[in-house]
This record gives sequence, structure tokens and C-alpha cells, in this order.
Amino acid sequence: MGCGDSRHSDRSPHGLGRNVGRATGERISALVKRKASLVLDHDVVFDGSGNPNYSRGAFPWSGLGLGLALEEFLSAQRIPAWLRRNVLASPIHHFGWASLLLLIALAVAPTKDFFNEWRHYQRKYRKFISTRTDSTTLQHHFPGGIQQIWLPELSVVDRCTTCHVAVTEKSLQGAASGPEPFRTHPQVAHNVKDWGCVICHRGQGPATEVAEAHNATRAWEEPILPARYLEASCGQCHRAPLTGTPKLNLGRDLLGRYGCVHCHTIKLPDGSAVRPADDPPSLSHIADKTTREWIYAWLKNPYAYAVTTTMPDFKLTDSDARDISAFLIANSTPVAGNTLLLTPATTTKDLKEPDPTAGASLYGESFCASCHSVQNAAGNVVGGDVGPELTRVGNKAKPEWLRAWLRNPRLYNPETAMPHYRFSDTQVSLLTAYLGSKTDSDLLANVHLDAATPEQVANGKLLITTYGCASCHEIRGIKKPDNFAPELTRVGSKPLTEIVFLPGMKRSTPDYIATKIRQPRAFGPGLKMPQYTLAPAQIEALTIALLSFTERAHNLPMALTVPANSPSNYQPAGKAGELIADLACFSCHAINGRGGEMAPDLSWEGTAVQRSWLQAFLKNPGTLRPALIRRMPKFNLSDSEITQLTDYLMTVYQTPAFDRDSLSSSGYPPALVEQGKQLFYSKYDCQACHIIDTKADKGYIGPTLTQVGSRLNAAWIYHWLKNPQALQPGTSEPNRNMNDEDARALTAFLMTQRGSSKPEKKH
Amino acid sequence: MTRLWRIFLVASLLLGGAACTRKRELASTLKPTGFGAALVESSGGKQTGAIGTLLPQPLVVQVNDEQGAPVAGALVQFSGPAGVTFDPPNALTDSSGQLSTNVALASMAGRYQLTARTSTKSQKIVELKLEEIALGYQEQFGFQLNNKYCAGCHDPESTPQRVSNYENLEVKPHPFTEGDAFNKMSDDDLIAIISHGGPALKRSGLMPPYGYTLSKNEIEALVSYVRLVSDPPYAPGTVYTRK
Repeated sequence: MGCGDSRHSDRSPHGLGRNVGRATGERISALVKRKASLVLDHDVVFDGSGNPNYSRGAFPWSGLGLGLALEEFLSAQRIPAWLRRNVLASPIHHFGWASLLLLIALAVAPTKDFFNEWRHYQRKYRKFISTRTDSTTLQHHFPGGIQQIWLPELSVVDRCTTCHVAVTEKSLQGAASGPEPFRTHPQVAHNVKDWGCVICHRGQGPATEVAEAHNATRAWEEPILPARYLEASCGQCHRAPLTGTPKLNLGRDLLGRYGCVHCHTIKLPDGSAVRPADDPPSLSHIADKTTREWIYAWLKNPYAYAVTTTMPDFKLTDSDARDISAFLIANSTPVAGNTLLLTPATTTKDLKEPDPTAGASLYGESFCASCHSVQNAAGNVVGGDVGPELTRVGNKAKPEWLRAWLRNPRLYNPETAMPHYRFSDTQVSLLTAYLGSKTDSDLLANVHLDAATPEQVANGKLLITTYGCASCHEIRGIKKPDNFAPELTRVGSKPLTEIVFLPGMKRSTPDYIATKIRQPRAFGPGLKMPQYTLAPAQIEALTIALLSFTERAHNLPMALTVPANSPSNYQPAGKAGELIADLACFSCHAINGRGGEMAPDLSWEGTAVQRSWLQAFLKNPGTLRPALIRRMPKFNLSDSEITQLTDYLMTVYQTPAFDRDSLSSSGYPPALVEQGKQLFYSKYDCQACHIIDTKADKGYIGPTLTQVGSRLNAAWIYHWLKNPQALQPGTSEPNRNMNDEDARALTAFLMTQRGSSKPEKKH
Repeated sequence: MTRLWRIFLVASLLLGGAACTRKRELASTLKPTGFGAALVESSGGKQTGAIGTLLPQPLVVQVNDEQGAPVAGALVQFSGPAGVTFDPPNALTDSSGQLSTNVALASMAGRYQLTARTSTKSQKIVELKLEEIALGYQEQFGFQLNNKYCAGCHDPESTPQRVSNYENLEVKPHPFTEGDAFNKMSDDDLIAIISHGGPALKRSGLMPPYGYTLSKNEIEALVSYVRLVSDPPYAPGTVYTRK
């Protein structure tokens, strides 16, 4: 072609004139790509760029052109007449020529077979292994000919190993690996022979030509899945998070966190649906909480208020934002029973001479930052992501609402993840003043709204229906729309023919999904999907999660799928259950499969800890791990509440595996204690991660053990030492395969660690 | 000559022309307004990322003049082995003399040598070579396990999520990038020390055994991760460079 580096010209043949014929252009681009495949030798597989290769089965334009041209040439030279005169003079001549033609025609098939691409690669492979010292063994492993993996129950017929001959060749792994396509498959949990290739890599298994196997064709639309999206394939069967698929795990997390599934239904093969993990606030009582000006600014640009928000930008015009804010305020009703609390700060005593740093200290002491984040002067967001960002909360929340909320958030929103801190009136005032001071003078500076007209309110209601606001938010008088956006149950195998691509875009499903998430409104006028602010890595993760929802995932035998733990709706009973709900323990702690991951699982807390320790901890939570930033807050519980909670935890949350009181808490012989100490410091070197002696030990990986004898039960320590993972699956403490004698001695030693009388104040 | 002949000729010309225009479009149209004398790395070298995926941090380079002062408006072009993508592949430096690009490594696990180029006033090319590491499935798996079980002691750097225990240990563990320490050890040695703890190789008992906690598969994944990130590289000659 004379264009130098041909890899750059394989993008798309859109620039070709109509008279040339699309198929010709694409056939040529396919040829170019074939050449490129030899260049891309670092790829797991030849990335066909997703350009569909329609040359197969299309009208052979170039052949026709050549034929017509040849015909024209021959007739111009009067060659047929010459042929008739000289070559086809007699029947013998006729017979001779016909036989020759027949021979040639017969020779075509074997010749074509001989020049097959796979034979070319197998010859190359033979040449490659012949240079190696173990060539005889390798030769012995290599049968030659077309190879096939046939797995009828998975509907897999893969001939990929015909060219990728060394996929399972152990001696060619790593540095010894040959050039593509002879690389050995990296070690993964599944054996290639049991699963085939296309289940993970996609592409066309039965094909024996490079372009057909890897690219999209008219007959087969599934091209090879690029390596960056490969984790999507794991997600077809594995519904639970895997250690080896961090991007897929993140993507699934984001699908829930950003509430994509409020609008887009995603059904799983087992019949359940993907559930949202966010909690968009109800807007039915919004006038209690904030002003119309804030709603307007928020709708216009949510990120100006909070950079971490999951609320997207709907690109509303000024008048649209004006009308929606008008409707929301007009539609809002006061929260029943909350009115008493909504009175402004009454007692002047509360607000008199407040120490300006006292509010900030209270915010810190209450560990608000475990859940809420604040953007600091350097622009970094610091804090947890369970609750909303509070950088500019003073612009949003009305002081009287903030007071009521801090007193008891459950009155405004019974389902909130925020615990009901038992703050005193002074504390409420301090925190209200502190949070109220968190403002940004620019945020509402240019918002001036005239009183709303009835037309504006009516139009606002219409807009809310148009944009589907009620899909996420509860809004009084507006029904949650069903299937507001397209269902994404099988989006991972959406046919290319059903996708409208942007000009210049790579024609592949992954690229379409990623671009749609990045620029949702770019695909045409009148689209309603809002703009999210996502980092490139988040978009990639979301794309991977969406690509895992394939047709194949629904067709695989159910026995092969590895289901996720079904979400539990465990509810503790009685008064203690009410208390656990009021304190929102599940926001951080998991119990019996329900709850967050920020804090320890409490399912067997009653077996693990001693009653007196739990009581003291609930009264004044200290820290067990000085290195952690997130801590258990002090909820200012009353003595009766503490007793209630302690009784419940100690009685109900017990492991069935062993008896809590099977080992005594004291009275161990000094010799056994000394033996345990020896084991602790010399045989097991526990001081690498734990601290017993605050002066000598420095291990900060595990919890501090200075008071472990008054915190944990002896039986728990003993069984923990025997097998930590059995008591807390996933703990990073290694199983030491300890014998009974060592475990008993160490338990004796640890039970003598009762710490000093006053709790440590080292942090 | 006949009409068909002419159609054929025109068609071939069009075809060749169309294929060549793509090439011409790719040539950079950026006009540098400044020229530097040196190219230095600001951040983003020696990162690890999953194959085919964007590296966690962008690659930032800076163009300086002879005196070491940053140069704005200098044209920097990035290139790497086949399959590596840069966004943007070339651009002008900003007012602080810096240029940031997002890098996605190709789809084979290994070390990649990337090149940044800028030209001086006298059209001399200044090059900066950088190395990044792509983790394949197995190495990525090992990296996850490393984060959970090993990094607390073996990584001297603390992050807000994880305070390093490195400084607190009497016998300092080797960070996994220490190729001089790890490259001497065979795979079997590494598997033994992970499975049975430090004493298995007559080393510190502060390294506990993980053979009863991790599976064989997981331990092999950890070894493959350690092998890939070690510096100098464990297997010399496995760095992917531009052909």
C-alpha cells in the first residue's frame, strides 16, 4: 500500500467513496489488520479492534472488477478468436485442456488447505521448539492438526488451541515463553481443558482463521474481549466478590453506590435483581431541611456543593432548575411530630460564649469523620463515605433542622444510617454552630429566585416526571416509575447492530458502554441520562461490571454459578433490637450476615468478650487498634440502655462451636503462664504484630493485648489460637497450626494480661 | 481504452488515497511554543497496574531549560511498546513546565519501558526512559493478597488506610522491590518461607508461616507478584521495549 506504518490505517474505512464498495475497503482493512496481528506480539490475543469484518459472504466487488477488466482486455485484443484458432483446434486439444483445467481445479482444495493460517502457525511453532533443548518432549506434546476443546454442556467448541498450541505447555511458562500465539496461559483458577477459551475471552471458538476467530463478522458478532475488561468474564458465574477480580468488585460496588439500578433493571440468572446500595433522601419534607435557593444551586451543579456526591448532573437549564425547586418546596410537608424539635435555638444559655474550638472537638470526639468527609484546604477529601460530605453543609441545612436532626435523626428519616447520639442540648448547639459555619460564600451568591408562580410549580412537576426523579427519590404525590431506563440484564452481549456508534468511535460493545457512561448525552438529542463525575478507573470498573451481564451468563448451567451470599434482613428482637436500630449498629457492624464492614462482625461477640469489658466499652469506647483512624463513637448511652444491650449481646450472639465458659478465666499455674510467655516471644513471635509490654513491644498490625485477659474469654482465645479463620473468616491473622498444649499455655499467659487500672491514653 | 478500465483505475486510486489520508491525519498538528534542554520525571514512574488498564496515577514529566527552570509550551511525545496507550500521546507542557498523561499498559504481564521525547531548539531529541509494571491475573491476585497479609510489614510506606509496621520490627523485612535480596532466592525458597515462616530458611521468626492460611495457588500467586516487582528485575531481558 505504500503507506508506511500500516497499523495506523486500520481504524475504519469510513473515508472511502461509495463507488469503491464497502466490502472491498473492509477486506483490505482486514488484510492490514492481519499484518498488524504479527506486530502486536505482546497481546494476550490479537485485539481485532472490534471493527466488524463484513467481507465474508458479501459480494466480491474487487474480484468482479478484476474479472470485468480482464474480460474487457481480452475482447479488446481479440484473444478469444486466436484461442479458438490455435489452442482449441481439435477434440483432442479440447480433451487435453479440459483435463488440465480439471486437475488444476482439483488441486485448489489441497493447496488452500496447505496454505491455511493454522498450518502456518504450527510450522512456526515446530521451528520455534526445534531450537530448544527440550524439543523432543515438546514435539511429543504437540500432536499437530486441528485441535478442539468440546464441552457440550457449556456449548463450547473451541479450536483456539490449533494456533495457540502451547497454552497448557508448562515448560514454556514465564520467561521461556515463545512469541504470540505460542504463549503459555498464565496460571488461573480454571483449567483451559475444562472450560475452553471463549467463555472468558469471547471470540468465535470454532473458527480456524485469525480474523474470523477474533473479530466481529456479520454472522458472529462477538469479538475477543480486550484484556482490560477480562474480569467481566469471571462475573458471569461468580456473583460473590473474588480476591482476583478487584475491578469487577469495584464496578459492582459502584453499580449499587451510584444507584444505577434505580432506573436500569438488571436481572440476575437466578431470578433476583441487582439491588441499589445508596439511600437517596426523601424529598417529601425537603422544605424543613433546606431552602429553594440551595435546591436550585444543587440541581444546577451538584459537584459545586459536594465533590463526593453520587447525585448526577442533569444539565438543567436555569428555568428548569427554577421550576423544579419551586415544585419541591411547594410539594413539601412538615414532618409530623418533628415540629416541636424544629423550633429555633431557644435557651440563650446554649449559645452564650461558645468556645469556637469546642464544636470542632466534639465533631472529632464523636468520630463523625468515620462516616462523613470534609474537603480540606488542599482540596483533599478526608473522612468516611457512609454519610454525605459536610464541606458546605452550612449552605444547605437550616439551623433548626440541623438541631432537630442531631437530637434524633430518626424522626426526620426513620431509615437513616446515622446513629441516634444521645447529645445534650449544649452539645447539639455546639455541633449545630460548628456545622453551620461550614459554608462557601460563592455557592448561593448568584442565586436570586422570585416567588414561584403556579405555572412554574406545575411545570416543575412535569419536569420531575420527565427526568424520572422519583426513580431514586421519594416525592410526595409522584409514583416511582417502573423501568424508567432500558433494562441492562444482557447488556454485556448487546449486538453491535443494535448500537448506534458515535463517528470515529471504536465499534465494540465495551467501548460503547464506557463512552455511554462517560458522555451519556452525546449519543443523540433528547437523551435523559444524567452526567456522572467518575474517574477513568471507575468508568472502566463499571464497564466491566456491566459486561458481565451476558446472554451466556443466563444460559450456563445453574450448577456452575457461584452465588453471592443472599442479603440478610436479620432483625434483632425486643427492646435491644429497637436500641440496635436506633444506634444504627448495622451501619458499621455486621451481625448474622447483615450490616457494614467498617467495624468487627458481632455475630459471636457474646462468646468472645467478657461482660464487664463490654459494659465498660459501651460506656466509654476505647481503642483496641491505635493505628486505626475510624473508631467506635461514644453514644452517651444511659446505664439501663447499656445493660439492655450487654444482656442481649452476651446471651444471643454466641457461637455454637464451643462453650464460652469451658475454660476458666483465672487460676492458671505460674509455670504454664511462663511457658506461654516463652511461646509468645520466642516460638511464635507474636510481638511482631501485637503489643503486650508497651515499652518493649511495637507490633501495630493486630490489636493491643495489654488488657486482653479482661477483655476476651479464655475459651475464645484458645479456639482463636487454634484456628482464627474458623471464628472470623478472612482475618489476616495466620493460622499457626498450634498444638493443644501450646494453645493452652498461650491462653494462660494471655489471660494474665489484665492491663493497668486506668485505660491507656497513648493515642 | 474502455470505460470499465477507467472505473477500475479511479477506484484503485481512491482506495490508495483513502488509506493514506488516515496516516496524514495522525501527524501531530501541535506547534511547540517553548523548547527545553532536559526532560525529567515528576511522578508516575515505577507504578504497578493491571494489564490493559490505566495505571493508578498519571505519568507526569517536566521539561526544563539549561538552567533547570521549567519550560512551558514544549511538545512532549510519549511512546511505548505495542499495545501501550497514552492519553494524550503528545501535548504541550503547561505553565509549570509539566505534562500529565494517562497510561494504559498492554495486555501481557511484565515490565514496560516507556519513552518521553521532546526536542531542543536545535531540533535535537531529548529522551526520558521510564519503567512501569503490568500485573497479569496471577500477579494481580498476588498483589491483592500482598495488600492483605504482607504489606503491613513489608511495605515501609504508610497510607491513611494502613499504618506500616516496618519501623517497629527488630529485624527489618525486605520490601518486595529489593531484587538484590529476592533474586538470590529460588521459587521453592520463597514458597518455603511463606508456607513455614522465617525459621524455615534460618531467618527471623517475626515472619510467621502462612501455609495453613493460604492455599498453594495463593502462595504461588504471591511469589509471581514478588518476582515481577523486584528491582533489578528477576528475569533480565523481560522488559518490553518499543521495537
